[in-house]
Amino acid sequence: MVGEKGNMQKVELVCPAGSLPALKAAVDNGADAVYMGFRDATNARNFPGLNFDEGGAAKGIRYAHEHGVKVLLALNTFPQPENWEQWTRAVDLAATLGVDAIIMADPGLLRYAATTHPELRLHLSVQGSATSYEAINFYQRQFCIQRVVLPRVLSFSQVTRLIANTDVEVEVFGFGSLCVMVEGRCALSSYVTGESPNTCGACSPAKAVRWEEDSSGRRSRLNGVLIDSYKPGESAGYPVLCKGRFEVNGRVDYAIEEPTSLSLLDRLPDLLKAGVVAVKVEGRQRSPAYVKQVTRVLRQALDACLADPENYTPRPDWVAQLDRVAEGSTHTLGALDRAWQ
Amino acid sequence: MKLAVGPLLYLWSREAVTDFYARVAASPVDIVYLGETVCSKRRFLTLADWQMLAERLVSAGKEVILSTLTLMESESELRTMRRIVANGQYPIEANDMAALYAVTEAEEAFIAGPHINTYNQATLELLAELGARRWVMPMELSRDTLAQMQQKRPDGLQTEVFVYGRMPLAFSARCFTARNRNLPKDDCRLCCGDYADGLPLGTQEGEGFLTLNGIQTQSGLVCNLLTELSALEKLGVDVVRLSPQSQHMEQVITAFHDVIQGNAEPESAQKELSAVVGEEYCNGYWFGEPGMAVR
Repeated sequence: MVGEKGNMQKVELVCPAGSLPALKAAVDNGADAVYMGFRDATNARNFPGLNFDEGGAAKGIRYAHEHGVKVLLALNTFPQPENWEQWTRAVDLAATLGVDAIIMADPGLLRYAATTHPELRLHLSVQGSATSYEAINFYQRQFCIQRVVLPRVLSFSQVTRLIANTDVEVEVFGFGSLCVMVEGRCALSSYVTGESPNTCGACSPAKAVRWEEDSSGRRSRLNGVLIDSYKPGESAGYPVLCKGRFEVNGRVDYAIEEPTSLSLLDRLPDLLKAGVVAVKVEGRQRSPAYVKQVTRVLRQALDACLADPENYTPRPDWVAQLDRVAEGSTHTLGALDRAWQ
Repeated sequence: MKLAVGPLLYLWSREAVTDFYARVAASPVDIVYLGETVCSKRRFLTLADWQMLAERLVSAGKEVILSTLTLMESESELRTMRRIVANGQYPIEANDMAALYAVTEAEEAFIAGPHINTYNQATLELLAELGARRWVMPMELSRDTLAQMQQKRPDGLQTEVFVYGRMPLAFSARCFTARNRNLPKDDCRLCCGDYADGLPLGTQEGEGFLTLNGIQTQSGLVCNLLTELSALEKLGVDVVRLSPQSQHMEQVITAFHDVIQGNAEPESAQKELSAVVGEEYCNGYWFGEPGMAVR
């Protein structure tokens, strides 16, 4: 289809690869690119048992490249002085391994990559919190970033205006768990547990989670703080701290956000028309089965939308398949829909 | 070490704001940050009003900085930010990369606010080259990280640390105060103005946890580093920041001023302050622990 900028548009489907089986599931089911991280705190999904060591990464990159799929490497946490070298080594390793781009957020590290590996393509991570074209201008001017992943806080009209005012490629989240807060600007997790996405690549880390169960039901705690309680038989979710039920003004409710997933399936034609170049699937922490399912549905949806945007409507079976793997088995357009805000 | 009053994070009436800064003008603080940093819908004061307050504070011998919005999404927010940057008189606290872009394009000296993610020396160097005269340490960094940052700090770059107040921890497109009142954000009726120190969010067990302040989420507990001022001084920190609260701000300022000047022992000053503001506070981030912890 033809974007507003007048050029023939290709839209990349960017899928999560938390493990080699997940990477293969993404590649085999229609991803145009996969994104992965090393097995340490250098990326924002630093979870036990996830991600790639050097050998695994090389294997994954080979598999993807043999199938014509790009590999993006997430190095999107914020190194501190005591571990700075670990992050720069990760940048060097990514360059050596031949990834197609690095996804980064830290200004100091972006500068290191831009000066040490000028040939390497840089994407600004969602953790870089660029919510306006002026912020994107900053990263472009300083580090020659070629793509930005937008935080999940903008409305449709804001996304459209942003794209019209920058020549940096824009990637948006199309499906997956929803951050309610501006990414890169949330320290709630470290307030409770000492670890945050920025510092450790973890939000509400599993080691801080404790479940209690008795005749009255189940309770989830994060470093002792009660995040939610469930009656017997009520389905319980992972205690991400912003998705618990809390008391405000005498009312107990999901005061920040309910467990739900983001899904932009309904609005794909608008996104493509606005000039989005890539649609990203969240979920490196999810199973290969999730990656397979979501990649397959979004591939079909994107192809249908690109072929005939005017007559595109999400097929009910796509919606049902996505809702089955969605957090809370339900979905929202998030901030794109002003009513959500 | 200089004493600063950070930007007002809550929505107060015009009268309350004017009265607050009149009291700040009479207090022994050195630096005052002015302006709206949380929500662009809060317009009880215009830029001209803030500039008028700035003039009064300057007459009282204070250094004034104009702060910019932290989460910028719309064209009108960008326009307001550009007008603040172009004020021609006061330095800017840049709280977002868009503001950083505007100040560097204008080749103005600036302060990199606490929501610019300055986590390492390479970022410090970049900010210094771009014209930063001061950086404010992000909330979640520790004393040990600060010590390492200070060791290699670029020449001439000052350091500021948040030492008192509910910590701004997160920002969202969603307004949580309006959500609690069942109001859409587009028709929020400025309900955050009903909570002079934010709206408390507690657990189902009745424990205080967080504070909702419109689109901003703050710590439930007040961060208080009064007894750590000598450690901050030893690390070469230039400025410490107190965040405006609706109650007892003068006593807070006095306590910090007296300890910095050596007119009071930290422990006794803390005891006196606790008698006024209550016993509960947190300081965990400073010690490399969860932010809500207290040591």
